[in-house]
Amino acid sequence: MRKSKSTNLRYISKKRRVIEDERFVCGTGKFVQDIQLSDTKHIAIVQSPYAKANIISINSKPASELDGVHAVLTGAELANHTDPIRFGLNLPNVTWYPLAVNMVRYVGEWVAVVVADNPYLAEDAAELVEVNYEALDPIIDPEEAYTDSKRLVHPEHGSNILYEGHFCWGPVEEDFAKSDFSLSFRVRWGRSSTVPIETFGVVAEWDEGREMLEIWASIQMPNFVELLASAMRIPLNSVRLHQDVDVGGSYGVKRGIKHAIIVSYLARKLRNPIRLIEDRLINMSSGDAHGPDRIFDTNIAFNKDGKVNSLKIRALDDAGAYPGRGPFQLAKPISAIVGPYKINSVEYDAISVTTNKTGQVPVRGFGQSPTNYMLETAIDRVARHLNQRRLDIRIKNLIKNDEFPYLIPSGSSYDSGDYLGVLQKTLDRADYENLMKRRKNARIDGRLAGIGLATCLEPGGGNNIFEYLMNPSAEITTFTEGCEIKVDPDGLITGVMGTTSSGQGHETLVATIIGEELEFDPALIRVVHADSLNAPVTRSPVASRMAIMLGSAAAGAAQKIKAKALAIAAENLGRPIEKLEYAEGTVFDQINTSHNISWSEICFIAHKAYHKLPHGMEPGMRAHNVFQVPGGGQLPDTDQRVQIYPCFSFQVHIPYVEIDQHTGKVSILNYFVGHDCGTQINPDIVRGMVIGGLAHGVGAALYEKFQYLPDGQFLNATFADYLMPSAYEIPMVTDIEHCTPSPLTSHGQKGSGEGGYLGAPAAISSAVNDALAPRGLSICELPMRSSIIEGLLNNGSTSQ
Amino acid sequence: MKSAPFDYVLAKSIYEATRYLAEGEGEAAVLAGGQTLMPMLSMRMARPSVLVDINGITDLSGIEENNTAIEIKACTRQTELLNSPIVKYHLPLLAQALTFVGHSQTRNRGTIGGSLAHADPASEIPLVALALDAEICLSHVESSRQIPATEFFLGPMMTVCEPTELLVSVHFPLTKKESRVGTGFHEMSERHGDFALVAAAAKIELDNKGSCIDAAIALGGVDGTPVRVTALEKKLRSNGISDNTLESAMELAIPEILEDLNPVSDQHATADYRKRIAAILALRAINDAITEAKGNIA
Amino acid sequence: MSSHNIRISVNEKTYRSTVDSRITLLDFLRNDLSLTGTHVGCEHGVCGACSILYDGTPVRSCSLLAIQADKRQITTVEGLCNADGSPGVLQKAFCDAHAMQCGYCTPGMLISAHALLEQNSNPSADEIKESIGGNLCRCTGYIQIIEAVQLASQRLRNSR
Repeated sequence: MRKSKSTNLRYISKKRRVIEDERFVCGTGKFVQDIQLSDTKHIAIVQSPYAKANIISINSKPASELDGVHAVLTGAELANHTDPIRFGLNLPNVTWYPLAVNMVRYVGEWVAVVVADNPYLAEDAAELVEVNYEALDPIIDPEEAYTDSKRLVHPEHGSNILYEGHFCWGPVEEDFAKSDFSLSFRVRWGRSSTVPIETFGVVAEWDEGREMLEIWASIQMPNFVELLASAMRIPLNSVRLHQDVDVGGSYGVKRGIKHAIIVSYLARKLRNPIRLIEDRLINMSSGDAHGPDRIFDTNIAFNKDGKVNSLKIRALDDAGAYPGRGPFQLAKPISAIVGPYKINSVEYDAISVTTNKTGQVPVRGFGQSPTNYMLETAIDRVARHLNQRRLDIRIKNLIKNDEFPYLIPSGSSYDSGDYLGVLQKTLDRADYENLMKRRKNARIDGRLAGIGLATCLEPGGGNNIFEYLMNPSAEITTFTEGCEIKVDPDGLITGVMGTTSSGQGHETLVATIIGEELEFDPALIRVVHADSLNAPVTRSPVASRMAIMLGSAAAGAAQKIKAKALAIAAENLGRPIEKLEYAEGTVFDQINTSHNISWSEICFIAHKAYHKLPHGMEPGMRAHNVFQVPGGGQLPDTDQRVQIYPCFSFQVHIPYVEIDQHTGKVSILNYFVGHDCGTQINPDIVRGMVIGGLAHGVGAALYEKFQYLPDGQFLNATFADYLMPSAYEIPMVTDIEHCTPSPLTSHGQKGSGEGGYLGAPAAISSAVNDALAPRGLSICELPMRSSIIEGLLNNGSTSQ
Repeated sequence: MKSAPFDYVLAKSIYEATRYLAEGEGEAAVLAGGQTLMPMLSMRMARPSVLVDINGITDLSGIEENNTAIEIKACTRQTELLNSPIVKYHLPLLAQALTFVGHSQTRNRGTIGGSLAHADPASEIPLVALALDAEICLSHVESSRQIPATEFFLGPMMTVCEPTELLVSVHFPLTKKESRVGTGFHEMSERHGDFALVAAAAKIELDNKGSCIDAAIALGGVDGTPVRVTALEKKLRSNGISDNTLESAMELAIPEILEDLNPVSDQHATADYRKRIAAILALRAINDAITEAKGNIA
Repeated sequence: MSSHNIRISVNEKTYRSTVDSRITLLDFLRNDLSLTGTHVGCEHGVCGACSILYDGTPVRSCSLLAIQADKRQITTVEGLCNADGSPGVLQKAFCDAHAMQCGYCTPGMLISAHALLEQNSNPSADEIKESIGGNLCRCTGYIQIIEAVQLASQRLRNSR
């Protein structure tokens, strides 16, 4: 791969309009809810009011007799005709159907659905479905779930433990023994999520003549079509997922597999298009879109000079009732288990338990944000213990520029970085000395003021090998992304990608890179999302991977097109390729530039003039390129060391906060973030990702939480009860760019979708704890609601 | 989240509205700004048989000033109140509180009457009505009555307004504006625009020497209804106020405030938290009120 | 359930229709008029994705019944475009500042910002926050939206 030649770039890294934006501002985006197929029927859902109960009986007669109602579907019928949803983990005795069969396992679980002419009628009918339950004693607390052998969420599984793994990389005990100090602490990451403004939706139509399922979904998920076909017991190539729908935000959670099975089954049964659009109450309670809910017990060993030597981490994660790919969020952090620090050895115990709560799905960062919160808390605690500056501990332990590629104990090699450079730039821009002065003056005035300092490493590019670490039956080492370029006889260029987008600007990404390679204005390049039967291979836009993977695939495809253009030109100009030069589509003789052939001539020849093609060349002008994740393709070694992600972006977060000591309310008054994701393909997109991720992190740090009562009742089904930050709550952010290109990608780019969210919770926690430090207090859970902070300050307790 | 079925009627006069309500036999609901009712309908938490839309009744909109009171008609939008010079001049406490009510879009529809009739215990407008000794006018098809705010609220989302009655206006008595009055309003919510966890309103009147001659202190979010903190009001009146006595008066009064409050614990905060911040928010509101009143003397 | 004949003007075009009493204006605009630019976010009046102008005033269309739009002037995001369908000044500024990612909250943001600029030709960042405070966005963190509104206000002032 080439290194970035940023000085020669025409389009990459330039401020250019994002192609997708114009349709959104005109209200002409096409979201799933905007698809109107004739004679579509609508679904309403009957939900469980209990956290755990046996279903004794269901009487659907009164509902099905209502005018305009076409079907009432129960779990028993669906289970007869479909196969269970496949998990990521190997759990042969845990069964998951879209609608509960015999037992409900969380409040809100889907028990039946009603199909009717419109959503109003469907809800009228859903109210008439009579379900008799026998309430059972649920298990809600993850630590109790870990030890309790009687209250089982899935009795057939025999335990509430879904996964328990022990990893040890390097001489942990030795490193602890020779360290001057060690300290241990517990932090807790509260259950929150990404909560897109568009809920999940899916529309399905069964094409009887072709025996094919046509489906539109606001999806962001690898394996969606495979899982759907398998559950529906139909061949994979009988499912056509239309991916040209705009997805109204996802950040990991838009999976909707159970929704898709229900509408697909009903579409085939009723021979009508069926549509299921979650309403907000369904989305929050039972859309299966909650994120990690994690307790860390960490022990860190260090010397008196601040050098950190080793970590022992125990992570207990509450996956809720049905774990799709959620538990793998314990494995991704292995890819950057030491963060950006030089730490010699790590012990990691990862435990996933099931409880009677909504199921967990992947959330932005895939477990890295909770882990980074724990890791940065550890570094702050070392500083506090040694009475040294948090900054100095970081400077002491950060990996230095000349140490890349840097191999960490768990087997990942970090591609490139300038951690100290980004740190210094951010400190300078924040005027750190002045911030400290401000904090000092505030404290003299009796106010609680704090500066946060956190770094984060954003692994990007993805590699399914984390799955193998937790489930060795999944021997999958291929993690690719493909891109196709088609040039038509008029010379117009179309890029084809194989997946949906949910706001990441992939069309702009592909157009920019093709434009750069072929020297055409990206605004003239069309990018389409092919349906799943026509799509280049894809593993979906997860894991901060599209700039890296799709971008590199697009570059490779463009190079193939260029090579073909050169070959056609060589044939027709009668000159060898190495004597020719390509510029903006035209191919010249290097010596006699008037001897040339234009792009339109080349394209005409490719499509229409077989007699002018080089002998044996395939006609047409299209290229497909598949990019395999760099450094991937290997199974872990015997010590479970493996390269998981290829590229590592880096951020530094410095917020300044003040706390109202009487109400506990935190105000973020300033926020500085330095970021380095290598070459930025489109700087506006990167900036949006950084700030948007950061704002999402503000939510996780201070406001957002899905709460359950001890009996399993769910408390945050509305936007009035789930506190997503508004414009008032997000500070004006100053962002500082830095560029250390990756040697592994087409133009030096790395991922940028997650870093803001990885750094902000840690940084805000750091700031709040800094503000509390003069009182000798600390807070070790997120979100840090005002009531919790006030309780600490005025009552010495952490109870709300 | 789609409403259960209901009938809809558009009332053209107060009489017509009350007639529809009477015919509804307790199953009718009044549709004013709809900022609370519409979400409750879509969650099927409200299931009226008929909605009586009062948005078209011109007699239900407007702010009027007479010698003794400001009369605000029930369907006057919160945005209109916020922009009203009359409200700003005569009812600064209401103007202050309104900046905390929802967001600009909800205030564009939300009405003063709707907010009072809904009677959320943490809502700002009921709190201000209570603090300012407002009277609320209710119309029935055959009669009407005027109820003091102190008697209007019965509990969370419960008032003396019968299902067949229409809230038509609220009267705020005019204080003799002799430049000695100050007001203060403070509230705590995690996000701007949310219902308050606790809100505090204060209106203080000082004599020429700066002694307190009247005080109205009210708290929201600390009980099933907004409450007047009469013990504290009494203390402020009897102790008078000078710079050095306020703090001690407050310190003496705080245990009394806490004792009488009866907030709930929910997913947003515990009862204890609400009690503790109630005291501090009351103090802040009183401080603002006194500062303003003193400024008015000078 | 009663049904009602209504006549409403949406984006300066008049429509006559018969609606059931319980249909929200949001559902009517999207399903009956196929104006799908107005988005469904929460249906309980918090997120602002369904914002429209009701006789020129920004309100949430999930909290209005379709019948309440009888004889009213409604403007949706589609109506903010120029006559030829191209983006207006504010919409262009949103593109130039990349004030969105997934585009789902964008129509509501535009409606709120449009109403602000009608009243205030030079809003401060705080005034912009006030105007979009009732519109939730999960993608952007709001900063680029605030910048876009400032950019639009500057362009509008310059063009006067």
